Amino acid sequence: MPGTLAKGAVLTALVAAVLVPLWAVLVTSLASRKTIDAAGGMVMVPREIDPSAYITIFSGGQITQAVWISTLVTVLGTTVSLVLTVLAAYGLSRPGSVGHRGLLFFFLLTFLIFPGLVPSYLVVTGLGLKDSIWSLILPSAISVFNLVVIRAFFMNVPGELLDSARIDGAGEFHILVRIMLPLSKAVVAVVGLFYAVGYWNAYFNAVLYIDDNDKFPIQRVLQSYILAGQSPNVSGAAVSLPGVTAYPPTLAVKMAVVVVTVVPAVIVYPFVQRHFTKGVITGAVKG
Amino acid sequence: MSGRGAAGASSAPAAADQRPPAGRPPVDRRPRHSLRDRLRRDWPLLAMTAPAAALLLVFHYLPTLGNVIAFQDYNPFVGDDPIEAFLYSEWIGFGNFEALFRDPLFWDAVRNTLTITAFQLVFFFPLPIMLAILLNSLVSGRVRGFVQSVVYLPHFFSWVLVVTFFVQMLGGAGLLAQEMRQAGLQPWDIMTNPDTFIVLVTAEAVWKDIGWGAIVFLAALAAIDQNLYEAAAADGANRWRRLWHITLPGLRPVIVLLLIMRLGDALSVGFEQFILQREAVGREAAEVLDTFVYYQAISTQQWGLGAAAGLFKAAVGLVLILAANHVAHRLGEQGVYSKS
Repeated sequence: MPGTLAKGAVLTALVAAVLVPLWAVLVTSLASRKTIDAAGGMVMVPREIDPSAYITIFSGGQITQAVWISTLVTVLGTTVSLVLTVLAAYGLSRPGSVGHRGLLFFFLLTFLIFPGLVPSYLVVTGLGLKDSIWSLILPSAISVFNLVVIRAFFMNVPGELLDSARIDGAGEFHILVRIMLPLSKAVVAVVGLFYAVGYWNAYFNAVLYIDDNDKFPIQRVLQSYILAGQSPNVSGAAVSLPGVTAYPPTLAVKMAVVVVTVVPAVIVYPFVQRHFTKGVITGAVKG
Repeated sequence: MSGRGAAGASSAPAAADQRPPAGRPPVDRRPRHSLRDRLRRDWPLLAMTAPAAALLLVFHYLPTLGNVIAFQDYNPFVGDDPIEAFLYSEWIGFGNFEALFRDPLFWDAVRNTLTITAFQLVFFFPLPIMLAILLNSLVSGRVRGFVQSVVYLPHFFSWVLVVTFFVQMLGGAGLLAQEMRQAGLQPWDIMTNPDTFIVLVTAEAVWKDIGWGAIVFLAALAAIDQNLYEAAAADGANRWRRLWHITLPGLRPVIVLLLIMRLGDALSVGFEQFILQREAVGREAAEVLDTFVYYQAISTQQWGLGAAAGLFKAAVGLVLILAANHVAHRLGEQGVYSKS
């Protein structure tokens, strides 16, 4: 049937458009100088595995430092974001509590009015956060969308459960940690992963707020190294492995940086994917 | 994103108020307490909300109010810090806006932004719908699951990565050029050509988000009653007629909703994507409103002018989304937030 054939062709093309670049980057990052020269650039067919590009970028220097900064920002940022979002989602989950309507309006209004780039820049620098990794965390720490998603889950927990805990003398914090969180583990985990991906991928805040090369996150280094073509300060001299003593080819080093930048997203992805159709999206729709 | 948020914004309080008595005692039937009693009861909730509220106050609302520097001749050097500079800077009314509207570079940026929005409405917007219909028609769940897993993935890549992949595949030193050279052909470099830039950014956006964009349409397709298809098939409707009379009407509310959100956001076409490629293709093709604000303010230090451009964009955006929503209500659609 020609229809099936056409469908197959379209889907194959889509899958290839995603997988071929990933494959080419991975194989080239592990290729030796000889293979890269023979291919005339990007390598599609692996001949040998040469890890020297990875040894170079992880033996100190700017890329090692950038991976460390990005990891620090991601871990610290995700922790701050998730803790504050869960606390506020719980604080806003009880209609009729003091200030409930006003506070909810205060959070939701952020969807309609936006701060401009210029005043945001002035506030962050005015607080003395320039060249601090907190400038990469605090301005984007609260996603009200994520907060609304978690709040919707909290509000679906049956009230009787909470009332019985309260009769037993449990405080709000106790209820949140012992009852709410165990019941909404999945959605909290997915929101945490979304926060983590956001922090790992953030690029532009670093352009605005970070001038110190030692505090560049990985996306910023990837941009200056590959897109702007500046060579990073890679301290690793010649790599000496048994049998190999040579500088790894520049292209392999570049592609190794790309792989290092992709890997966290690819690791996190299956965990998010399992949930995002049934968990987060339905939660958001129920609102 | 903001539009989707607005949908949550309106429905969340409504859902809270319409809670059936079984869930939690309705608000009104609670015994009336004095404010002091209620504070004593609810202070832990307030304390939990406070840190997040404080962050929004400082990093969202304070800069929103800070937009008033659009009416100033803001000079960072008249004070020791931005706050002091703000207090000492001169108020000049609409001077920045007058200068902005006389600036041909600003109108270039507006024109580029609107052209890209229009182009992407035609060449990007329908693609996730087609992909969703295609995926939905697959018989094999395993093939479908595999394709979905692969095409959703690039959504989780940063723009730096997306542009890097395009450079390595289609750039002057990329895989395609390399293969063409070996085949004796003259390679072209789409990454630095201003004339085809609009196609390039659209291709990048499609690569990154076609799968992600299809999710919401897949959910809508799953909600269509399968009996309709069987009944139509029994009546002799062929595949295209079923698509036209059942599938597309089933998707209509979602399509209209996303169309409104896109129109309300017509002045935003993405920011990092353009900042990253502006050097390579030049200002004429790649300057959009967001990059204009950045280059005016932070690169060339014309703070007031940049803030004015930002405020202009925000104000027009708000008007556009309200107008688009009004039109949707007129057409009998639900719109972004419900008419109450």
